[in-house]
Amino acid sequence: MAITLSGDQSIPAPPLSSRLTPAQVWGIILLAPYLLVFLAFVVYPVCYGLWLARAPENYVALYNDPIFARAAVNTLIFLVIGINIKMLIALLLSGFFAQQRTWIKWLSVIFILPWAVPSIPTILSVRFMFNPEWGVINHLIFSFTGDDGPNWLNDPTVALSMAIGVHIWKSLPFWTLILITGRLAISHDLFEAAEVDGASWWQKFRYITWPSMQTLYVTCTLLSMIWTLGDFNSVYLLTGGGPADLTHVLSTLGIRYLRLDQLSLAMASIVCAMPFVLPLVYFMMKRLSR
Amino acid sequence: MKLPGVREFSWREVATEARLLLIGIPVFLWTMIPIYHMFLFAISPKEDAFSGKLWPDHPTLHNFEIVFKQQHYFLRDFYVQFWNSTVIAVSVGVLTLFIATAAAFSISRLKVPGGRTVLNLALFTYFIPAAFLAVPMYRTMGNYGLLNNHWSLILAMVTIASPYAIWVLKQASDKLPVELDEAAVMDGATTLQIFRLVYLPLMMPSLVAIGTYAVLLAWNEYLYAFLLLSNDREITLPVALGNFLAADDSPWELLMTTGFIYALPPAAVYYAFRRYMVGGLTAGAVKS
Repeated sequence: MAITLSGDQSIPAPPLSSRLTPAQVWGIILLAPYLLVFLAFVVYPVCYGLWLARAPENYVALYNDPIFARAAVNTLIFLVIGINIKMLIALLLSGFFAQQRTWIKWLSVIFILPWAVPSIPTILSVRFMFNPEWGVINHLIFSFTGDDGPNWLNDPTVALSMAIGVHIWKSLPFWTLILITGRLAISHDLFEAAEVDGASWWQKFRYITWPSMQTLYVTCTLLSMIWTLGDFNSVYLLTGGGPADLTHVLSTLGIRYLRLDQLSLAMASIVCAMPFVLPLVYFMMKRLSR
Repeated sequence: MKLPGVREFSWREVATEARLLLIGIPVFLWTMIPIYHMFLFAISPKEDAFSGKLWPDHPTLHNFEIVFKQQHYFLRDFYVQFWNSTVIAVSVGVLTLFIATAAAFSISRLKVPGGRTVLNLALFTYFIPAAFLAVPMYRTMGNYGLLNNHWSLILAMVTIASPYAIWVLKQASDKLPVELDEAAVMDGATTLQIFRLVYLPLMMPSLVAIGTYAVLLAWNEYLYAFLLLSNDREITLPVALGNFLAADDSPWELLMTTGFIYALPPAAVYYAFRRYMVGGLTAGAVKS
């Protein structure tokens, strides 16, 4: 039964299939569902997309589109500044949450909420907080100073910074959690020995914590950068790419082209990001598939 | 002699505690303000919500009543959309579990030829930013004739969820001793029996974690949902929430109420399975 199945499953040459053990035949059958999904929804779309983006005119059009240049710069700012700030805070907070206190345990349970709840309602909630006329922030500014607060999301720099802030709000808990795991894995004896030697907290961090966590930290930073490239919600739901399309990042720009029915431009903008994405992906795969 | 020593000790305690609070309080505020603001809107009448009060003069559940009775233009398909979200999330969970468990068992326990390559391909997919895959995926679903069909979103989410699922499950399977399989084979168990009777029970904690992961991922997904589904009675809740913004005078208090209701199930699921989630996912997420 198993042998006959293998015949029409994936191995065309009879001599090969007779060399397979029944376990291996089952192995192929059990792997087949994923392979089908992979072929139909990863390989085909990617190849089709690359084919759509093949014409050089697309890249000329992108080059001449000021929104694209702006989006590329915004993406870089988002990744280089945003992610590094986020990971630095996560590193600090992992030290805070590693403290043995009951109230800190409870706080860590609450702290995970932004990650556990969906982003739409919370991002929209932030968006309304900063609404210039009705939002609570400007109401508070008015009641304290008597002046009207700024039109927050109308300034591209402020709007992009707030999108970064929303991104940090959402994903900080996850990375903190990972770094806590890394921190708790450090042998406690080391810290005790350092304590005996009278080391300051900075020395403990510098000579014990950091050396044992730096690999994890760098891995997390790179991984977070790759994923943040795909963070569509933080920008789209907060600013919608506005004002005047000045706060787009590559992921929202791709969707913008898509909605304008310029599919080949959308694909081309993604292809342009590949020289940055693929080395990172390659590096991560090397690191994780040991 | 004894008393000052005790006092000095406790003063240091107090100072450390104060410093910890100095971090703890901002962390608490930072985390809770957007969520509290959402909750505040949900229990406020429109006038209170829009006047920037930190607590409404007349807290009310009226907004919930409007949502549950579907008494607003934007909410007329609330129950259908809630149901869509549920069906899609559960289907994604079940399908991902099925596909990923089979693949992990095949790669890790049966050592299928080429398994390593498949795992690397899966990992590669895992690292492709989801928003980048969305553009060609949209077109592909169009080519398959699946646009506006729940299957398009289910299959897209399974595609996104399974690489990570396979990877975590493969790591977990590698930890099970080979002797178990060998003993079962000695006793004359077939491959399928090993899968069912030995492998699945031992993998339960990881399976719970991965199932939860896939369900939450699908429930929370916005981008794919709004690209692939557009018909009012086919869309999921997050897309419906996004559609609120289309109007100039959006009923924000209702938007926040619906959002609050929408955010409750994933939070509840997360806390119910937290034990599994934290262990299963962080172990897999980063192997330093």
